[in-house]
Amino acid sequence: MGGKDRVPPSPILSPWRRWEALGPIAGLFWRGSVWLYLAAAYAFIFLPVVVLVVFSFQDGRLPVPPMQGVSLKWYAKVLADRDLMAALAHSALVAGVSSAVSLMLGFLAAHGLARSVLPGSVWLRGLLIAPMTVSSLIIALGLLSLFQQTGVRLSLLTVGVGHVVINLPLCFAICYAAMGDHQKAAERAARDLGASEPRVLWLVSAPMLAPALAAAFFLSVTFSWDEFIIAFLLTRFDVTLPVEIWSMLRSGLSPATNAVGSLVFLVSVVAVVGTEAVRRRA
Amino acid sequence: MSLAARDRRLGWGLVAPALAWTVAFFVLPFAAMVALSFARMEGREIVPAFDPGNYARFFSEWPLFKALLNSMEITVVVTVVSVLLAYPLAAIIAFRVPVRWQRLALLMAVLPFWTSYVVRSYAWLLVLGQNGVLNKALLGAGLIAEPLEIAATRTATVIGFVHFFVMLLTLTIYANLVQLPTNYARAARDLGAGPVQVFRFVILPLTLPGVVTGAFLTFVLCMGDYITPQILGGNNELTLPQLIMLQLGRSGNFPLASALSVVLMAVITLAYLLSSRWLRVDRV
Repeated sequence: MGGKDRVPPSPILSPWRRWEALGPIAGLFWRGSVWLYLAAAYAFIFLPVVVLVVFSFQDGRLPVPPMQGVSLKWYAKVLADRDLMAALAHSALVAGVSSAVSLMLGFLAAHGLARSVLPGSVWLRGLLIAPMTVSSLIIALGLLSLFQQTGVRLSLLTVGVGHVVINLPLCFAICYAAMGDHQKAAERAARDLGASEPRVLWLVSAPMLAPALAAAFFLSVTFSWDEFIIAFLLTRFDVTLPVEIWSMLRSGLSPATNAVGSLVFLVSVVAVVGTEAVRRRA
Repeated sequence: MSLAARDRRLGWGLVAPALAWTVAFFVLPFAAMVALSFARMEGREIVPAFDPGNYARFFSEWPLFKALLNSMEITVVVTVVSVLLAYPLAAIIAFRVPVRWQRLALLMAVLPFWTSYVVRSYAWLLVLGQNGVLNKALLGAGLIAEPLEIAATRTATVIGFVHFFVMLLTLTIYANLVQLPTNYARAARDLGAGPVQVFRFVILPLTLPGVVTGAFLTFVLCMGDYITPQILGGNNELTLPQLIMLQLGRSGNFPLASALSVVLMAVITLAYLLSSRWLRVDRV
């Protein structure tokens, strides 16, 4: 495949010119339908989010039309909800720790597979990536049966173990893809100059891979933060945020759920836009 | 010890932790689950056995097998519709939106991706419900006399899924489209190909790996999802994950749930084998 440079919008790649050749009306029609499609697609994509956010300000008991006035009371209620705040703390803890563990294991494995020729390395890579191609329901159920058969008590720790299983392949794949020849040459130079392996890892490889490491960590955090089925099956009492929101849903529609959803969305958007801004400056 | 052997030992040492984790918490649990799927329930006790009874039940009891069919039907419809909707969107962003706005357009197209996954399905419930935004709008405009019953049907599940996967597929297909060298299409044009032929014989074959990879991801995630059908589809017709969760929760039938999960795994593996020719997991 070709280079990574961006392809400018090309009239040749598209049938637009042909339509325009049929006359100004046909060209206008074709161009109009293109922008119409774009608008419709964005409307479809944003519809649920807009409804979610708008009705989080509902001054009534139900998050459906008609809008009975604007109020912040549901946000106040949500922020004062102790269960919800506890779930938030659990989610943050699990996301942070499981992502850090995934990143460390994934980085070391990627480094090991990139630096030395190991027998059966294709199979090793396949095995490390495998959990990514399996439904998390299956991973959760497998871990549940393992923990039950060995008598391990379910807790936040077991959820964290499950989240590392799904995030490790991701971190490994990102780190492995980012390691190039340039990298290997620098590492070899450091080794030749007498640096021990931990020093090579810490002072050469990690700083050179910093953007990839950050991306892997960030993606892991988002996945873990939002993960439901593993967190639902592998803990009993100290639940995470998605599980807590799930139990809110059982008591029916409420603007409080909208408020929580909007807050989570706001945090994610700030994180995404922040990352994008940092990337753009770099 | 030779240098090469020392090098290899270091390599193994670096790979070992990740490997141990994957074996202990992925391979072993999966084996435990397969073993459990052959166990028997006696009352509420799980008796270890080598009894294929759970699989026999799955293939002979219609409500169980129907869940697999429901899941397959929903997944196929979702995958096809999502690809058909996402391809033009990705193409418009790649070819019609000015280059300096493309990243923003793409970022906007996947922004709702970042809402919580449980909340997204809930939000669609607010749109599609009996008193929801859609019904109120259509009633207000006088287009319908009675509110449509979309929530708690398969249609709602499909809409919720399509919403999610259109975003995902737009990303993967766009990534493929912008990598296409313009020269190929130009060459085809010079050789007399019309726009339809350029698309059919140049652009489509070159973007096929991206489309198949996205479609495979859609298939896996859609087949194994519990939340979306549970919130939007209701309990009228169960999907396979819903049935698995039901076995775990209400009846505590762990062996049957395990057998159903093995079936789910088999279906996903089959999909992988069918699409592996075009699959580029590393390119996602």
